[in-house]
Amino acid sequence: MATFNIQVNGRQQQVDVDPDTPILWVLRDHLQLVGTKYGCGIAQCGACTIHLEGTAVRACSLPVSSVGDKPITTIEGLSEDASHALQEAWREHDVPQCGYCQAGQLMSAASFLKSNPNPTEAEIDAAMEGNLCRCGTYNRIKEAILTAAQNS
Amino acid sequence: MTLIKTKHNRRSFLKVTAASGGGLMLGFSWAMSCTPADKVGEIPLEWFDINAFLSIAQSGKVTIMSPNPEIGQNVKTSMPMVVAEELDVKWEDVIVKQAPLNTDVFERQVAGGSQSLRKGWQALRMAGATAKQMLIEAAAKKWNVDKSTCSASLGVIAGEGGKSVTYGEIASFAAEMQVPDEVKLKDPSEFTLIGTDRGNVDMEGIITGKPLFGLDTYKDGMQFAVVLRPPAFGTKLKSYDDTGAKAVKGVNDVIRFGDKVAVLANSTWAAMKGKKALQAEWDNDENLESTNYHDRELRKLLNTKAEEPKRKDGDVNKGFSQADKIVEKVYEAPFLPHNCLEPMNFYAHVTPEKVDLLGPIQTPERTRRQVAELLGRDQSEIFIGMTRMGGGFGRRLYGDFVLEAAEISKLANSPVKVIFSREDDMTAGTYRPASKYKFKAGLKDGKMIAYHLVGAGVNMGNATREKNFPAGTVANYLVESHNLKSNITTGAWRAPITNFLAYAEQSFFDELAESAGADPVQFRLDLFQQAKDNPVGTVDYDIDKFMGVIKRAAEKANWGNPDAGIFQGFSAYYSHNTYVAEVAEVIMKKDTPVVTKVTCAVDCGIVINPIAAKNQVEGGVVDGVGHAMYGDFSFYNGQPQQNNFHQYRMIRMKEAPKVEAHFVKSYNDPTGLGEPALPPAGGAVANAIYKATGQRFYKQPFMKDQIVLG
Repeated sequence: MATFNIQVNGRQQQVDVDPDTPILWVLRDHLQLVGTKYGCGIAQCGACTIHLEGTAVRACSLPVSSVGDKPITTIEGLSEDASHALQEAWREHDVPQCGYCQAGQLMSAASFLKSNPNPTEAEIDAAMEGNLCRCGTYNRIKEAILTAAQNS
Repeated sequence: MTLIKTKHNRRSFLKVTAASGGGLMLGFSWAMSCTPADKVGEIPLEWFDINAFLSIAQSGKVTIMSPNPEIGQNVKTSMPMVVAEELDVKWEDVIVKQAPLNTDVFERQVAGGSQSLRKGWQALRMAGATAKQMLIEAAAKKWNVDKSTCSASLGVIAGEGGKSVTYGEIASFAAEMQVPDEVKLKDPSEFTLIGTDRGNVDMEGIITGKPLFGLDTYKDGMQFAVVLRPPAFGTKLKSYDDTGAKAVKGVNDVIRFGDKVAVLANSTWAAMKGKKALQAEWDNDENLESTNYHDRELRKLLNTKAEEPKRKDGDVNKGFSQADKIVEKVYEAPFLPHNCLEPMNFYAHVTPEKVDLLGPIQTPERTRRQVAELLGRDQSEIFIGMTRMGGGFGRRLYGDFVLEAAEISKLANSPVKVIFSREDDMTAGTYRPASKYKFKAGLKDGKMIAYHLVGAGVNMGNATREKNFPAGTVANYLVESHNLKSNITTGAWRAPITNFLAYAEQSFFDELAESAGADPVQFRLDLFQQAKDNPVGTVDYDIDKFMGVIKRAAEKANWGNPDAGIFQGFSAYYSHNTYVAEVAEVIMKKDTPVVTKVTCAVDCGIVINPIAAKNQVEGGVVDGVGHAMYGDFSFYNGQPQQNNFHQYRMIRMKEAPKVEAHFVKSYNDPTGLGEPALPPAGGAVANAIYKATGQRFYKQPFMKDQIVLG
């Protein structure tokens, strides 16, 4: 075990875990931030997407020891009052079915929209390729991203 | 207006029974309305339980229990909508709660077979209507007027002379009222909530990351359990060495149960690492089956005569001998894992007093029974709470992971959460069985005069749906089925049997229409017309509804007149009491066909929540297309050959076609919607790709034939 000081959603947190522990499990098991989901453990499904210094990364494949002092944002910290343009658009399009992948979808989309505020559908397809939705809500996710881009 | 008799039997169980006159009699538990009269009014209760489904607060807020498990089919929103409609309250005043398993008051708490609303419809309506009537009677009594002079709407009861009282104000009195023997249900034309778009009741939790799912369960003292299971079907645990596992920091215990070994730890990661550090040896005294064995045996069965046909009309051999054209094709499908994005998991805490279980399960009642048997406990000591599920698709009909959690908790004498890794989830599945179908049809002067289907599947039981189309449309009809027994665990997978049978049949009909020189849509319509005018044997589907969706889809997709560069394919299927027709559109990008759009016409009776109903159709189509294109799973010596998403391809955003869903306007009772859009999807796409490329697909996944989309 080792002690790590990490910054999550603007707060300094201290955890005592094995250095190889993926940040996913640190968030879930140690910090009670369960919005970040486990789906595959090998960065293939995107359910665990978080932001590291504002960029989307897969938390299941990121050991806590490699995070350092880079700030982490999780779905719980995407906005203060659930008013992010994407969250508004998710409501408008009633996107989820089971809902399990949606936190990861939102985090991927949020990072993408920051770098490309007015994307084409093809650019959204490319940016969101790493996020699986087993229920098949892809069209609504895409429409919601387009709506969020228009509204922000 | 519909009058429905209520029936509350002595044990107060909610039961639906056929009344002697052939009508429907419904009963509820009224136990919860039996708050002793002397207590009401004395205790400043804020909430008043009117019946098992709902309670009303003094503020006018209404809590409605959603009885069935939520797997993404959206019943947690749509079932309470039905109660709220009959109760006549503002949806904004409704708070929805997930009910736990409670067979004393709820019936059929199952997520499966697309039946939640179909089976729950009358009970949900009656729960709302009964409560509304009790509220009205309470107001009438308070005002000392006849109840017929009072009416209720949107949470307010109005009486003559401008009298008015809110549900919240009268709720404490309503809870004391006698349960009416008869209640009035609204005429569907009076519905104001049903038929309007209402957002998912768990939306806020989903988009802000609140704990909703089974895997989000964390309780005091809970250990994390990861299980080593036999690596191949047909193998047994011979011995194991847990030295390495126990050396992992955070691992507390290693426990063998049956042929499995559980590693218990303080964290998920430690448990996963501990499992990887286990050394085990395996024995086998059974066949270790491989995909080429299944292929060989199933093909043999396709050429075997079944002892008993599933259905036989006329004489197919005679029909074939009279035919001027015979078309015969074989279609093949692999096993498929469910791949719910939330891997299997469950929480269990077994104590001498009781057994607490919590997690994602489609069949809580059956699972409780199984846990009771396993632990030798009375069912009354077992409590199952239901979390939202990160997908079900049939996998969570099987409670193997609940039994594991219960057994481990008992052995460890500790609360535990069992967690499947993705690899565990994909390799310890209850797979969609591999299957094959041989179709043979005889045409004479462009008309089908004989039809012979042989199906064969692994552990599939009846691999066919012999009563379905084209039964009834053809004079000579024979359907046979074979079962290949296997030690690989198989089970229901979204739209069981029909998820591939529909593909095969609807692809075959495309070829048949082509052989007959007919338009695929008209070819089908002519057959239905024939069944309508002159049915052969019994017809177990509604011909008019079937023809209705076929015509509607064709019209909406501009069938037969696509824009330049667009190729269309057609498919239609009836499953879970719902009729769906689909037109797929494909364009060629360079030399590659791309599926751009699927237009669907759906007759599922009354649509309760259109925005969510469309979501089900969109998802069903994407799921159907995705698995037809990419889903592939194989075994070698009993061992699954794919264990995670780097080896198992699932459809991604850029490959998903646009989906347009058109619902037939209907006041009929609701039928299934979680599954029926899936079966026709693959066939529509395959038929469109054929138009574009001239290539037919007889084997799923299409990717094996080197078709690349997107």
